[in-house]
Amino acid sequence: MNLLADALAWLFSPERLSGSHGLPAALAAHLFYTFLAVAIAAAVGIPLGWLIGHTGRGREIAVAASGAARAIPSFGLILLLVLLLGVTRKPEAAVIAFVLLAIPSILAGAYTGIEAVDRRTVDAGRAMGMTEWQVLWRIEAPLGLPLLVGGLRSAVLQVVATATLAAYVNLGGLGYDIIQGIQLRRFDQVLGGAIVVALLALVLDGAFALLQRAARPRGLLEPPTGSSR
Amino acid sequence: MNTTRTTIALAGAALLGVALAGCGSSDPLAPPSEDPAASEAPGGDTIVVGSQTYYSNEIIAEIYAQALENAGFEVERAFSIGQRDAYEPSLESGEIDLFPEYTGNLLQFFDADTPARTPDDVYAALTEALPDGLEALEMSTATDQDSYTVTAAFAQEHGLTSIADLAKVDTPLTLGGPPELEERPYGPTGAKEIYGLDLAFSATGDTTVEDLLAGTIQVANVFTADPRIQTEDLVPLEDPEGLFLASNVVPIASGDVADEIADVIDPISAALTPEGLVALNVQSTQDQMSPEEIASGWLEEQGLL
Repeated sequence: MNLLADALAWLFSPERLSGSHGLPAALAAHLFYTFLAVAIAAAVGIPLGWLIGHTGRGREIAVAASGAARAIPSFGLILLLVLLLGVTRKPEAAVIAFVLLAIPSILAGAYTGIEAVDRRTVDAGRAMGMTEWQVLWRIEAPLGLPLLVGGLRSAVLQVVATATLAAYVNLGGLGYDIIQGIQLRRFDQVLGGAIVVALLALVLDGAFALLQRAARPRGLLEPPTGSSR
Repeated sequence: MNTTRTTIALAGAALLGVALAGCGSSDPLAPPSEDPAASEAPGGDTIVVGSQTYYSNEIIAEIYAQALENAGFEVERAFSIGQRDAYEPSLESGEIDLFPEYTGNLLQFFDADTPARTPDDVYAALTEALPDGLEALEMSTATDQDSYTVTAAFAQEHGLTSIADLAKVDTPLTLGGPPELEERPYGPTGAKEIYGLDLAFSATGDTTVEDLLAGTIQVANVFTADPRIQTEDLVPLEDPEGLFLASNVVPIASGDVADEIADVIDPISAALTPEGLVALNVQSTQDQMSPEEIASGWLEEQGLL
């Protein structure tokens, strides 16, 4: 494959390390937007998901709302937000769009994690005189952690792929080489940029897979049933 | 009851037949043999006017069509055919007789590496490059091409009329445009080589005009026929040294009819100015007027109807 060879040659050319859109700077910007958005989404989604999971209330609304949120096209949303907030607030617009993308997975991970906890365990905790906070913190949260990490994992993957759109509104990131290359018909550059995004996604997925395994409490033999997706 | 059904069925069939016939005659891609009007075109009085799938191009084509009708020609409209690759063969084969085109872009279609840049050079090169059977009528001063554009306030403050004047501005300048502009010959590198300008670059993409108005960039790559030049009070800077490939509106006619229609079309090209073209586009994007209304309004205003 000639194109693949060209893309690799582009990728490993020394020019990639320097310049206004060098790979290190693009990678840093890409990771910055990804983790900032996921962190904000987690700060919103985890408490909300735990509340829903613990009380058992509002599940239908959460399912419907996160389903609707998943259907929003991120590209359109970014441009709409840029026009609404003004061009001086492009970073905010992009981060809001990525946060909205990340929340459904995290929310689902948080509440399914708690729902998957055996009710008898929860009742045992109550029988021992635990308060509701203690039930949440000492029983439900630790036992639901693997599914929550699974939710974070799919949120990170979705955002890291979608963060390529940041380049459309002049925020750089790994998408820049792709969208510039398409217009210039430099397909080595397009493929090279895409390979970096794909590799980054694989690395992050691997890291979260390890984290998910580490999050399983000792003594819990079977992974909780149910899926975050 | 039975008769009612039969009547309805017959009426339906008749309607369908009419609809199909309608499709047949207006299909721009139908071969000429199926269409008596089109097959008479060479030498006959029916002129087939084509247009790109681009609202501004369609307005110009409609102006040509109405002026020709007013001069007694039978006109068939084959509008919104698509982009250049799609319609150029039909133009060359004579299925379409008249098409509003753009000198620079069309020249690059025939000669990708042309060194011509200024309007007259490009027009001269285009008349050479056109295939046999096609003629370029007189070009208009109206353009639809890349430009370096500034806000009217910025132009006034620094006394700017041409790109060369940007050298007088002593604050740092940032050029905004689509990401690929950074690598184009008319990007920052070209500005440095041809005008000696040091421009920073910002990939403002779809929000280039908004960024220019917000002041995050000072110079923007805007198409010269963009309606926002009028509505947002922007000034496209002149390009005396030919940084950009000039692309003036030019009617391309098939050789059979070129002489016949030149008397009708040339005055239109003479009357269509850059500001005039922008104003036509504003009527479409801002006032939501149809190409027919815009064309007849303009022709009357120019005293050509």
